[in-house]
Amino acid sequence: MNYLYHLYIEFLSKYGISELFGNITFYIIPFCIVAIALLIVVLVLVLAERKLLGWLTQRKGPNRVGFWGLLQTIADAFKLLIKENITPVKADKFLYNLAPILVFIPVMTIVGIIPYSSEFTFVDTSTNVILYLILAAFPVLSIFMAGWASNNKYSLIGSARAIAQILSYEVPMAFVVLSVIVLAGSMNLKEIILSQSLTHGALDWFCIPCILGFVIMFICTLAELNRCPFDLPEAESELICGYNTEYSGMRFALFYLSEYALLFVSSIFLSIMFLGGYLSPFGFYISHLIFGDTLFANILIYFEQVFWLISKASIIIFLIIWIRATLPRLASFDLLKFSWAYLLPISIFNLLLVVIFKFTTGGTTCFLS
Amino acid sequence: MTITATTLKLNLGPQHPSTHGVLRLILELDGEKILSCEPDVGYLHRGMEKMAENMTYIQYLPTVDRIDYLAGCFYSELLCRTVEKALGIELSLRVKAIRVALLELNRISSHLLWIGAFLMDLGAVSPFFYTMRERELILRYFEKLTGQRMMYNYFIFGGVRKDIEHIDDIEEIIKILPEKLDDYEKIITNNPIFLSRTKGKGIIEPHIAINNAITGVNLRASGVNYDVRSNDYLYKNFEFSPVVINEKDAWARYKARILEIKESIKLIKQALEILKKEQSLNQNLINPLTIKLPDGEYYHEIEAPRGMASIYIKSTGLDKPYRLKWRTGSYYSVNFLRSLLVGEYLNDAIAIFGSLDVILPEVDK
Repeated sequence: MNYLYHLYIEFLSKYGISELFGNITFYIIPFCIVAIALLIVVLVLVLAERKLLGWLTQRKGPNRVGFWGLLQTIADAFKLLIKENITPVKADKFLYNLAPILVFIPVMTIVGIIPYSSEFTFVDTSTNVILYLILAAFPVLSIFMAGWASNNKYSLIGSARAIAQILSYEVPMAFVVLSVIVLAGSMNLKEIILSQSLTHGALDWFCIPCILGFVIMFICTLAELNRCPFDLPEAESELICGYNTEYSGMRFALFYLSEYALLFVSSIFLSIMFLGGYLSPFGFYISHLIFGDTLFANILIYFEQVFWLISKASIIIFLIIWIRATLPRLASFDLLKFSWAYLLPISIFNLLLVVIFKFTTGGTTCFLS
Repeated sequence: MTITATTLKLNLGPQHPSTHGVLRLILELDGEKILSCEPDVGYLHRGMEKMAENMTYIQYLPTVDRIDYLAGCFYSELLCRTVEKALGIELSLRVKAIRVALLELNRISSHLLWIGAFLMDLGAVSPFFYTMRERELILRYFEKLTGQRMMYNYFIFGGVRKDIEHIDDIEEIIKILPEKLDDYEKIITNNPIFLSRTKGKGIIEPHIAINNAITGVNLRASGVNYDVRSNDYLYKNFEFSPVVINEKDAWARYKARILEIKESIKLIKQALEILKKEQSLNQNLINPLTIKLPDGEYYHEIEAPRGMASIYIKSTGLDKPYRLKWRTGSYYSVNFLRSLLVGEYLNDAIAIFGSLDVILPEVDK
């Protein structure tokens, strides 16, 4: 990062632009890049989900717009852009308009705190994990806002369900995150990743000592994302579309986009917590293997790290889509019971296991060493 | 500010994905618990009964398929059989076998669609496409035979419009179906979420079912052995045992339909054997323009996929019926929602409503 910073300042001073301007803009540029990258990721994700769902249900998925349906999501986004934004007469207009704008903010912020490679983090605070937990629960506020402001009974029921769901699934999630913090001895995402990087590659990842936690966290992530089988807030067959029944056009698109953006960042977070983040599963980097210890290999490593992170996240995303194609929706009563009666006790038990593990192995996470 | 607890009046439908666009349930909710339910039907009323009074029987015949567009055969069979009974026409064995084969194929296609739609109501996407795939085979066959995918208009007074063709296609379908049914059962029947959504939900006690005139699969899933096919004239030469399940809940209704498809496959197999033996059609066709039912009342009933369906005709000796009434299974199922849904939660209510296999054109007629 420092290297890039100096390059940027030098580049600006060539054209006589002051360092102050460079200082300010240098930190804005990556956010812009990430914002655009996030949009592209969402477009790809939507297409991927539709293709995968198509294949899993004996269909071809979108295959008309562009080659192999590649432009389908862009066409859909364009369609949503030019559609009319309808505001119901009896809606609370201010909140109704605010909710879709607000839903994107926490997602964008989470994007900033994720370490994509060992040098590529925007906001590197010592309590990134806590920040994530808070921010990831934040979209439910806009969901409730949207449901309340729409003045629609289905929306209201949907948003009430969303609140109940997030309340019950945040608690086991917090316990699991706590157990990861115990294992890593840190609340910083980068340090959590680094504490999984011993010599054994994939065997050092936290998903092995904390397998229970991984499963619970996966389930809680599903619930937090309102994905099947926990898609009660927008249960189509019961509540039409839940909290976003009344939304149309770009406002609807914002909810849609944020949902997929959150799917992306949550799966990245899961792979950071349990699958070693940007670490290679072999214990060494392939670029080192091929190009030796050269400067080129050292630069290539950053890209390789991003590649590993994205592929781990993709596996999780694939699992989530697969589950959507397979399972029916839970009943709202069972949903709460499942969390409070099963997930919470197991997550506490998991924390206990992890503490014992940490105590007996003296801080090293790999039981092979 | 004082907060007063009030109940929520919710209009479930008619523009709602689970109510097929034509049913309105006026629910009174306390939170998500249903306090009262008032079904409002009639959004698809086409005046099928009144219409008959101005039409000759042959004019009326093509329209009756529309009463239940998923199982049209059953209603043309009802009308045809009533007229045949009134005029004393006997059917040959081959015609009976053709009718049984087509009725049962139609029943299978209707049940297949129901399995998909029910799982869709529960939030599972894939089974819908799987069952539609197998239903497509049946519809393709019907299209080949009758030229229509849903409104077949194939049965006619005294026989069928033309002899059956492409029997290998039926053989193919009944060969594929059992494997596919096993596939569905693998992903549905023992799925813990599916079980939690359907087991013990919407229990209908046998005496309550009988008192509310529930018939068909819904009745047999409550443990009552009543199937009109047992003493139907068409099924006399067929070996057949009604599917009876004692669980009484939504799961039982699902399971009963799966078993009933298997039972239908057996019936089709027997029908095909008869078709191979009896090669001559021997139809007793009558000139449809001269049909005049003698003065009197005529009644016939049949086991349709959604319960017992029956027809009542009062004739004054003219070429048009004086009065014509239909009895359809769905109508009583919808009426029964009034008491069945009370005390259930909203998402269970959708599952229970789905499990009754209601189709609205049949209710509204």
